[in-house]
Amino acid sequence: MLYDVIIIGSGVTGAFIARELSRYQMHTCIVEKESDICMGTSKANSAIIHAGYDAVPGSLKARLNVTGNEMMEMACRELDVPFQRIGSLVLAFSESEREKLVDLYERGVRNGVKGMSIISDSEIKQMVPNVSSEAAYALYASSAGIVCPYELTIGAVENAVENGVELKLDSEVKQVRFEHSQFVVSTGKEDLRCRYLVNACGLYADTISSMVGDDSFVIKPRKGEYILLDKSQGCMVGKVIFQLPSHRGKGILVTPTVDGNLLIGPSAQEVDDREDKSTSASVMEQIIRGARKSVPNFNTRELVTSFSGLRAAASTGDFIIEPSRVNKKFIHVAGIESPGLTAAPAIGKYTVEILKEQGLTLVEKTDFNPLRKPVKRFRELGMEELNQLIRKDPRYGKIVCRCERVTEGEIVDCINRPAGARDVDGVKRRTRAGMGRCQGGFCTPRVVEILARELGIPMEDVTKSGRKSKILMSKTK
Amino acid sequence: MPEKRTMVCIICPVGCNIEVCMDDKKICSISGNSCKRGADYVLAECTNPSRTLTSVMRVIGAQSAMIPVKSDKPVPKELLFECMKEINGHQIHAPVKMGEVVIENILNTGVDIIATRSIQ
Amino acid sequence: MKEIDLVVIGGGPAGMAAAISAHKNGIRDILIIERDSSLGGILNQCIHNGFGLHIFGEELTGPEYAWRFAQQVEELGIECKLNTMVLDISGDKTITAVNSTEGVMRIQAKAVMLGMGCRERNRGALGIPGMRPAGIFTAGTAQRFVNIEGYLPGRKVVILGSGDIGLIMARRMTLEGAEVRMVCEIMPYSGGLTRNIVQCLEDFGIPLKLSHTIIGIHGKDRLEGVTVAAVDKNRVPLMETAEYVECDTLLLSVGLIPENELSKEAGILMDPVTLGPVVNESMETSLEGVFACGNAVHVHDLVDNVTKEAMLAGECAAKYILGSGRSEGCKALKTVAGNGIRYVVPQLVCKEALGKESKLFFRVDNVYKNIRIVAAVGDKILYETRKLKVSPGEMESIRLHASIAGSMGDEGEIIVSLEEC
Repeated sequence: MLYDVIIIGSGVTGAFIARELSRYQMHTCIVEKESDICMGTSKANSAIIHAGYDAVPGSLKARLNVTGNEMMEMACRELDVPFQRIGSLVLAFSESEREKLVDLYERGVRNGVKGMSIISDSEIKQMVPNVSSEAAYALYASSAGIVCPYELTIGAVENAVENGVELKLDSEVKQVRFEHSQFVVSTGKEDLRCRYLVNACGLYADTISSMVGDDSFVIKPRKGEYILLDKSQGCMVGKVIFQLPSHRGKGILVTPTVDGNLLIGPSAQEVDDREDKSTSASVMEQIIRGARKSVPNFNTRELVTSFSGLRAAASTGDFIIEPSRVNKKFIHVAGIESPGLTAAPAIGKYTVEILKEQGLTLVEKTDFNPLRKPVKRFRELGMEELNQLIRKDPRYGKIVCRCERVTEGEIVDCINRPAGARDVDGVKRRTRAGMGRCQGGFCTPRVVEILARELGIPMEDVTKSGRKSKILMSKTK
Repeated sequence: MPEKRTMVCIICPVGCNIEVCMDDKKICSISGNSCKRGADYVLAECTNPSRTLTSVMRVIGAQSAMIPVKSDKPVPKELLFECMKEINGHQIHAPVKMGEVVIENILNTGVDIIATRSIQ
Repeated sequence: MKEIDLVVIGGGPAGMAAAISAHKNGIRDILIIERDSSLGGILNQCIHNGFGLHIFGEELTGPEYAWRFAQQVEELGIECKLNTMVLDISGDKTITAVNSTEGVMRIQAKAVMLGMGCRERNRGALGIPGMRPAGIFTAGTAQRFVNIEGYLPGRKVVILGSGDIGLIMARRMTLEGAEVRMVCEIMPYSGGLTRNIVQCLEDFGIPLKLSHTIIGIHGKDRLEGVTVAAVDKNRVPLMETAEYVECDTLLLSVGLIPENELSKEAGILMDPVTLGPVVNESMETSLEGVFACGNAVHVHDLVDNVTKEAMLAGECAAKYILGSGRSEGCKALKTVAGNGIRYVVPQLVCKEALGKESKLFFRVDNVYKNIRIVAAVGDKILYETRKLKVSPGEMESIRLHASIAGSMGDEGEIIVSLEEC
């Protein structure tokens, strides 16, 4: 089979490119090295939809941030992904910092950001009472918001697959050759052929790029650690609270999540190991100290968990979305660090435009369905709806994760959907089972049981997140 | 050759530190205990230490996979792992009644392994 | 909407004893709501013995202890909904619950008994830094896998926390063929019973490292090892003592937290130390007609005490329903944790409502030897006793019998404290 396009990488970038391509008549395939989609940067980040004043005017980041932000509402509605446009504040603690806010504001104007204003301390207090009284001024941006980044990615991939895109997991690309106007992508399991190749490899975009002889950029992983506080802390602030950005990033933020938790972080540390997602005590303390500058009174005894993500920062400083100079049918979509999540829907369209420019014929499908099959979530439905649902499928009446109110029906559904869950973390990301206060202490045995049953595998083969991460050793007897 | 050994008594929450002097498996002296129960405990521990064994056994034909079991009397401490092997090698069919003997006279100790739950 | 006199949330030892006691005290219209497929609660997976020494004069295993109460529940014809999860309790005692056969249902209760038990503190809440591989379990989850499902969660184990659950699992895993490399305990003393130290650790030569904790977790897919370090007297890790210990499994036995999401959502007043509801001598919470007992109120060591507490709560709930309960004008004194005491339950005591079996339960904040326990209102000592040894891992109690109640005035606070001998 000769694919028209193979996309390497199933993060939010690859997901939206695939979805965009699935509107057209062609054969597309996503090739992903991990056991599940969305295992890289897309699963561990600040989950913010940025307004777009941060990025340098004229850059791809700026352009695609603003466009992506505008597209986010519809994308989330179509993909049944929670999104809240709550607005953001960048805090300034002095007059000289206020000048920096003005810079950001002007940058925002040039980037086409609407709904911004610089506000004073009394207005800050009114808007978000728990912000530090040391905050003298703030840049308010009404178009900023929060989303669930992995749900967004999963929703986009699912929709793409439903519209005909193929997905190959556990398929690490080992070699890429170009022969007779075709790419031969070798995964170790098989050789796949395609006319166009999209490099959406995140942390490994430079590795893949080297495979075709293109060494024009380097990806420097930059780790960001986060802490997540209990839902009782989620109402501390009603907007995303930023501090002034530095050369290393947007600084430490304090934000509610779409699920009602309080997210604090990230740090910014350059690391060498692209798999190093460890957290450390010293960085956690640093994040907490930094966050208290903005919001002094959050309660760290209500800690739910801490985690880290790696930013795929390109040596060029901007997104690299263009045909490779070595081979014009090899399209880089690399260096997608912040505001990558925000830009994703726009990146999807932009990349398809590039492919068109390179000769890819785009004939619209008549049966493209932009709507992902809605996910029935027990915790969101009213009594009437629930009872109807439970009458049809009694598994929606069996609560498995009591902390997040997730039923067996939802878990079974998330396993059986296109690009469905195949391990405990996959179920967790798709349903929230295991994300609550007890962190899976109660529901894990039940989730393992359900996975074993639905996948037809013995319980001892169920993994946490694919490959060698088995939960159980063996039967005892 | 007389040997001294210190043990913590577990009969009551006080936890007396009891010193035992032993000469070739026989006790020559006990000191540090506040009561006779402590002395008895130490005597048993030094001459024939035994433990109640609790575990689970695989059950066939029931909703549950395992049924909890226990030894109806303490078994010699040195036979614990052997007993576990025996229990692990056995399976029982539902229904099972609370207290039912699932392994009689395990390893010829005179101790039975009994079910501690009723299973339909 | 269905109306029930007494709705008991949780069919574990607390819920069962409370329901039985309410029945014995004249209530017939009782419903126990239990989320698991059978009654018994956590006792179903506590297959070891040591339960019931006080209540039955015998040493029973968890399932045996639970069975005795489940039998009574059945014999008395008390209705139970199994596989049913309570979602909400409203301020007017409307219970919302759900199961597969009946869907979401609402029940109006005259009185409610909270018996939700507790959950385990986990790695996320502790913030242990490092990687996030498979192989990290709380001791209770591991216990469930081993004793209910019949699976071995790991082969080379390190356990953090020397409370009884950690010790019991050290033995359990060893008996099932795993190698338990060590038990680390951050405090300079163990939280578990001496009996368990002997029979779970010493019996198997498992080292107990006091004043040690885990400061790092290693392994990408499955746990490969942990970094263990000694701690100073302020429980701060001493980095120069850090040691890598190879293992594939980490069991956490680092604390139990009363499960009170339902209570909080109902607006019930909570005690920030016990993490359970504030209760009075009748085990009633700040919400009238809502009672609580067992681990949901404060974490117990002995299930026998849970049973006794639940029996009292059931009796008081029954009186409340029959209109013969605590009077409105009852003036309650607060109980206060004084010197050396971590908390006291109940937090409010009205002397008119005290019964024959009324007790104050408390925990000390450290290990003390040769100590005097004193309960006093101002200068007036209500009760005192001497103890050779008290420790945080063993809950203590003071009987509040008639003579004590008599000397209580209407003013002041009852302070429980430790004094020198």
